[in-house]
Amino acid sequence: MTNHWIDIQHSDCILIQGSNAAENHPISFKWVMKAKDRGAKVIHVDPRFTRTSARADFYTALRSGTDIAFFGGMIKYILDNEKYFKDYVVNYTNAPFIVSDNFDFNDGLFSGYDSTARKYDKATWTIKKDAKGLAEKDPTLQNPRCVFQLLKKHYSRYDLEKVSAITGTSVEDLKTVYELYSATGVPDKAGTIMYALGQTQHTTGVQNIRALALIQLLLGNMGICGGGVNAMRGEPNVQGSTDFAILSHILPGYLAAPRASQQTLEEYLKKNTPQTADPQSANWWQNYPKYAVSLLKAWYGDKAAKDNDFGYSWVPKLDDGQDASVLNMIDNMFEKKLKGFVVIAQNPACSLPNSNKVRQAMTNLDWFVHVNIFDNETASFWKGPGMDPKKIKTEVFLLPASASVEKEGSQANSGRWVQWKYKAVASPGDAISTGDIVYRIVSKVRDLYKKQGGTFPEPILNLKWDYADEKGRFDPLKIAKAVNGYFLEDVTIGDKTFKKGDLVPGFANLQADGRTSSGCWISCGSFAQDGTNLMARRKKDDPTGLGLFPQWSWAWPVNRRIIYNRASVDLNGQPYNPKRPLVAWVEGKWVGDVPDGPWPPMADLEKGKYPFIMKPDGVASFFGPGLNDGPFPEHYEPLEGPLSKNPMSSQLNSPIIKIFSGSCDKFAGCDPRFPFVMTTYTSTEHWCTGGITRWQSWLTEAQPQVYVELSEELAALRGIKNGDKARVESVRGALDCVAMVTSRFRPFKCDDQVIHQVGMTFNYGWLFPKDCGDSANLLTPTVGDGNTMTPEYKAFMVNVTKV
Amino acid sequence: MADGKSIMVDTSKCTACRGCQVACKQWNGLPGTKTKQLGSYQNPQDLSADTWKLVRFAEGRKEEGKPYWYFFSDQCRHCLEPPCLNAIQGYAPDGGMQDEATGAVIYTEKSKIAPLEEVRSECPYNIPRQNPKTKVFVKCTMCLDRIKNDLPPACVKSCPTGAMVFGERNEILNMTTKRVAELKQTYPKAMALNPNDVRVIYIVTDDPRKYAEHAAG
Repeated sequence: MTNHWIDIQHSDCILIQGSNAAENHPISFKWVMKAKDRGAKVIHVDPRFTRTSARADFYTALRSGTDIAFFGGMIKYILDNEKYFKDYVVNYTNAPFIVSDNFDFNDGLFSGYDSTARKYDKATWTIKKDAKGLAEKDPTLQNPRCVFQLLKKHYSRYDLEKVSAITGTSVEDLKTVYELYSATGVPDKAGTIMYALGQTQHTTGVQNIRALALIQLLLGNMGICGGGVNAMRGEPNVQGSTDFAILSHILPGYLAAPRASQQTLEEYLKKNTPQTADPQSANWWQNYPKYAVSLLKAWYGDKAAKDNDFGYSWVPKLDDGQDASVLNMIDNMFEKKLKGFVVIAQNPACSLPNSNKVRQAMTNLDWFVHVNIFDNETASFWKGPGMDPKKIKTEVFLLPASASVEKEGSQANSGRWVQWKYKAVASPGDAISTGDIVYRIVSKVRDLYKKQGGTFPEPILNLKWDYADEKGRFDPLKIAKAVNGYFLEDVTIGDKTFKKGDLVPGFANLQADGRTSSGCWISCGSFAQDGTNLMARRKKDDPTGLGLFPQWSWAWPVNRRIIYNRASVDLNGQPYNPKRPLVAWVEGKWVGDVPDGPWPPMADLEKGKYPFIMKPDGVASFFGPGLNDGPFPEHYEPLEGPLSKNPMSSQLNSPIIKIFSGSCDKFAGCDPRFPFVMTTYTSTEHWCTGGITRWQSWLTEAQPQVYVELSEELAALRGIKNGDKARVESVRGALDCVAMVTSRFRPFKCDDQVIHQVGMTFNYGWLFPKDCGDSANLLTPTVGDGNTMTPEYKAFMVNVTKV
Repeated sequence: MADGKSIMVDTSKCTACRGCQVACKQWNGLPGTKTKQLGSYQNPQDLSADTWKLVRFAEGRKEEGKPYWYFFSDQCRHCLEPPCLNAIQGYAPDGGMQDEATGAVIYTEKSKIAPLEEVRSECPYNIPRQNPKTKVFVKCTMCLDRIKNDLPPACVKSCPTGAMVFGERNEILNMTTKRVAELKQTYPKAMALNPNDVRVIYIVTDDPRKYAEHAAG
């Protein structure tokens, strides 16, 4: 979230699209209902009428996988009807920038496409720079090559009729949503977009999010109270898991994972440290070397020195172009290229797409370590349906772990609030915390390396590995301090001298010369030298009256509660919306939320800075050259979709997605055998694959068995009655379940085609209860987003028949 | 006797998360029963000796063709003049009581000699159930044990959206009147269900029969 949960109450219009917030983030609705009490309008756009729709002021359906068309239509509506916030767009975005002459877009493809490699050469996706290296601009937004005009041209194709033909949403409903939401494009109104996996789990997932970000920028809704682009994270600490890089492409604090071609620290830093010639751009990532070196110092301690590149050569490198995310990992396992597997707190045999492939892949493993609080379908894959345990050689180790309430530590919520929690109860039996498990295993591995040696021992033996308490147990407080970071020598910054061993009070003090450490730069400042664990704070003071609660827990970065908040004020630092002033420049200083940097407002041409400090140009990007699939979001059909032709262009699917071609990976788009669109989701009552919740009798009582939701019209077509047993089948697998015939799904009319959509939860598995059914992921395709490889769980094709 | 306590259940704020259904079971030590998916989110299908609070789901289409989905978090209304108590006390004078301070309607073990059908048919809301083994009558107790310890009923405590509010009856009645007036601006059919007769007062925005058969008694 750019904002935070409590802030939703300040919104004037809440667009929930790609999320079933009431069911999957129930507490969010505390704030949604408060906003409604204030008169806010709540809009829900979803293929299925859900418990969220039931509480919305306006609901409309769209066909799964067509969000960019829906948003593209809104962008066109905002531009055509001049609903955008002009001052904001001119001053705080790259709308006035002039794009390189060679950039082009034609029939679904941006310039630079290589159809053999299925990737773009992005050389033409650039902004023109003058002799000083500054972006060429036209603040009147009239130059036909400025970003604003190119944006206008790009989305001129998304007229209401065409959008309706793609999404299946009526023109009338499209107009209603566009009108309601674009009314927030004025200084004293705020609109927020709440989304979750309904936006991300598509082959165009990242561009879906970009499309809604473009809308928020046009309407001046970024960085303001009640606005923002708000990704609702799933598990209580899933935000923490990305902050700390439980992902294959990053290091802690969203630093890039090194690549094989970056053999030296200098090469790595050069590649990842952006430059700007514009003195008014803070270009905060210019500090990248400070964060990277401080991370290496946290990892390797005294072993990391200037003359050994601070141990950079010990950090694993990805091959250039390699994607090491789960889809490729399972593919490698399936191809017998991967021999060992450690799974902590997950259930990939039910949660990853194409479960048959995943389960088969696991039989190729030599060893498999599973850390969890319960047995699940992954831990017991060797005795699952169709498996012969005698023929499976995999040695399986099941390590019992503590549940979240049985251990102390930090938990970061969607609003980036890092809250410290204490252990409430002791763990049962032999269970210990995952921190303890990792600590003990790595300690043992280090002992073995010390005794027996081994290939390339440096990364193991040079680790700074002193996180145990006096009894030899994993100590979360020691970790928290290491994450915050220390001064490793006496350091003088400005008129202040910090002592060796002091905790660093904030990331602005981190150094690139090895004199500081920090295990995750964005967390620097969370633990104070006086011993205060800021994450454990529980003061309810609310000085702004906006519910920022600056002394409740600690939010990254630097306890800023709403990021990009300098975009909430005009060039002189005065709030655009005086009724909800988030920050303001008063008598030479900022008051309110922690501002995005201390500099004066933009009108001060000498010292003032632009508001979007993490962007090299200091402004938000309508034209975004960083992604793999284009600088503007463009509609492509899901890999498996019901249409034979994309109404927008000749490109049916995203031109850059990886197509897996192994024996288990079959796809069937626009195939009469699989005529219905399927989407998968979760429910309030179960947690993801149900690995935790299916053992809880009150929850399985409420949602006992796998079901498929389908419309009354489709049920009539297939002769299925409510409660009948139905078979759902994709080209990859089949699953029997209970038919839930409902008026909450309705057929879509896309142009002259009637398209039926069905949906299932992925809450079940064969292990327990025995009669609950199996995973909906037996049906889903192995295909991911072109940037992130997030699987396309939300849109693929199936058949449904009566059993 | 003071006015006692009341609960407002504002269905216009309910998201049917079923936190209340589960919290009731947790506080009262009631087991999860074995159920089957029968083509609805509503499960268990009905109140029982093991289920004293149940979120009922009702769906259909509005006039313009779009769906509606109504949620009704059903429980004992704790009537001001409870007919179930009359029926039980006809057989067992100590089979039930009305708590003086709160007005909560409570059954005792001695209720077991009363006949199920007669007691149940007396209740306009179809609430009383009998433990199949002990024959003791059971239902929501308003969490009297919690109230006596200055805690709100478990269901109210669990509600994330403020759809359930517990408090002094006169305050809840005022709140209900105000909320219905607010809702009427958008939903002309908004109303409170039998506020003068019951302590658990439901607010609906449409015909109560669309929510549940016995919603309004």
